[in-house]
Amino acid sequence: MKTMYTVAAAIVAIVIIIGGVFAYTALQTPAATPTPTPSTNPTQTPTSSPSASPSVSPTSSAPVTLNGAGATFPQPFLNATIVHYTTNIKPSVQINYQGVGSGQGVSSFTSKTVDFACSDAPLTATQREAAPNALHIPETIGAITVAYNLPGVSSELKLTGEIIANIYLGTITNWNDPAIAAINSGVTLPDHAITTVHRSDNSGTTNWFTKYLCLVSSAWDNDVGSGTSVQWPGGLGAAGNANVAATISQTQYSVGYIELAYALQNGVPVAAIQNAAGNFVLPSLESTTAAAQSLPSSGLPSGSESWENVVLLNTSGEQAYPIVTPTYMLLYQELNVIPGMTLDKATQLVQYVWYVVHDGQALAPALEYASLPANLVALNEETLNSITFNGQHLTTH
Amino acid sequence: MTKKLTGDNIFKVLAAVMAASAAVILIINAYILITGSTLILQQEGINFLIGKNWNPVIGRESFGVLPFVMGTLVTSSIALLIGVPLSLGIAIFLVEMAPKAVKVPISYLVELLAAVPSVIFGLWGLFILRFWVQNYVETPLNTYLGWFPLFSGTPLGLDFFTAGIILAIMIIPTVASVSREVLTAVPDSIREGAYSIGATKWEVIRHWVLSYGRSGIFGAVILGLGRAVGETMAVTMVIGNAPNAMPTSLFSPGQTLPSLIANGFLEAPTPLEKSAYIGAGLVLLLISLIINIVAHVMVTRVLKVKGGAVE
Repeated sequence: MKTMYTVAAAIVAIVIIIGGVFAYTALQTPAATPTPTPSTNPTQTPTSSPSASPSVSPTSSAPVTLNGAGATFPQPFLNATIVHYTTNIKPSVQINYQGVGSGQGVSSFTSKTVDFACSDAPLTATQREAAPNALHIPETIGAITVAYNLPGVSSELKLTGEIIANIYLGTITNWNDPAIAAINSGVTLPDHAITTVHRSDNSGTTNWFTKYLCLVSSAWDNDVGSGTSVQWPGGLGAAGNANVAATISQTQYSVGYIELAYALQNGVPVAAIQNAAGNFVLPSLESTTAAAQSLPSSGLPSGSESWENVVLLNTSGEQAYPIVTPTYMLLYQELNVIPGMTLDKATQLVQYVWYVVHDGQALAPALEYASLPANLVALNEETLNSITFNGQHLTTH
Repeated sequence: MTKKLTGDNIFKVLAAVMAASAAVILIINAYILITGSTLILQQEGINFLIGKNWNPVIGRESFGVLPFVMGTLVTSSIALLIGVPLSLGIAIFLVEMAPKAVKVPISYLVELLAAVPSVIFGLWGLFILRFWVQNYVETPLNTYLGWFPLFSGTPLGLDFFTAGIILAIMIIPTVASVSREVLTAVPDSIREGAYSIGATKWEVIRHWVLSYGRSGIFGAVILGLGRAVGETMAVTMVIGNAPNAMPTSLFSPGQTLPSLIANGFLEAPTPLEKSAYIGAGLVLLLISLIINIVAHVMVTRVLKVKGGAVE
């Protein structure tokens, strides 16, 4: 008899647990009541900007929290804008940005659990369908470097796109390969096997790097292709820009691709790469900006259109670095689709983004990102002015 | 026949609920893994298990987990080959030989090893152990025995071998602690009997003590294997994360199932790719289940100790 009771109780408990799980999932699916951080809770102390909490100026509205998530590529720049904005400009606003990667950022954006998202890659047709009325706001522009570890070689190394593709394909296996030697006269290249390093996680950096290799090498395009993660023919993998940089600096005779800021921070030498004009160009703030200048002044898509064809790879500028990529903020054109959004919060959100694409750009060069060219800023102004809340246009600045 | 709601009964019900929750969690887990991986299983079929290609590029998708299953088995085997003898040595020394003044601190130290977070092992492996292995083990082996397929390739220190060593260190506390408990539980009468017929210390340990405790020790090894198969963080940091690398040499970079999932799952861009990672999780769960079932059969059928005596 006792066992009967016990078993009955256990079954009841299991039913309750399973019921709870399903009830929870059922509540989640309509996306009506997700449980993000309460947006207007004055007792919640900001973690990133201590100055924001007690000394709220009496004229400003109630404290507002904006939540964003996505790419790690622009994160150093975004963090700088957030700190500056919430300390010096709008102490009543708290902004949280989680660098969880472009892919995760886009899915949070689609499920509307964040107020804004960042992605290195523009939304694809399918993603745009899943998130109707999404707007692209180019926020900054950066360079992807080819970094190397060559003990005994102190002079700067030159590479072409095709050589890089062949190294990653495994058709060039040795550092003293004739193809490398031919464009590096005067450099004593070691007779040593090349170890390639790549990103092991899904990455916007990999996406743009492999797109560049597809542009310059038909063999790469045929055999491997491009994407946030590809079937690498060999080499070592490491997760994240920082780990790739560390792997390169620790592995002798290795080569890998990382964003400019990470190469500079880790002090790894980077190769000068031949651009479309035939010049060998080192990645730098200037050569990144030069590439950004070659964006057409007209014919760019509007914020609500597809940005998939906007590419800054292998641009024609004389001194333009060939592997350059824009990175995007994503916002909804009608902000009332986000649960918990209010007119005040929507206004604060748009004003923050307005700041990022205007005054915030001044913070970019110090962090090795290129400032947005004037035509992109103008385009962003148009995009931001088109944003509404319940059909009402917002005060953008 | 009314039932009184005594404290004992309440306690019994509570305990039963806790016990049931373990089963419920496993069932929910399996359910989510199975529903999550139907997409990839429909797409790839049996190829998912035996395919050697893992290509997530859109338009060229192909998902086969065989290289990662092999990687998991290879690294776990290295871990057992290195870790089990070490752990047994520790357990035997602590139980049979060590004076009390040594016994207590060493026991604590071994158990402290279990408290080190795996990311710390990973960092240590990446920044320190890697170079020791590369310079003092792999390079000499490769130079003098490079003709042997297991030692061929370019020794970089980020490969199956280093991952296996890290795993060996990580399973030592588990295997050593459980084995120590097992050996302590061997009745002294067994030892006394053995000594009384003139056995040496080695013979007593080899023929009586280990034999008596072997099912327990086997259980300890399986616990260690379970940890090695599922370990993610430390392995991901030192295994080199090369895709599609069927283990050809100990010194080639590769991936295990957990490292594959850790690397790719979070940002998988397409539903198919996401489903492929969930499928990899299902395969990993199946491997763990098979290991545990085999272990159970081994312990209950093959290694059964009859009446506390040696066969």
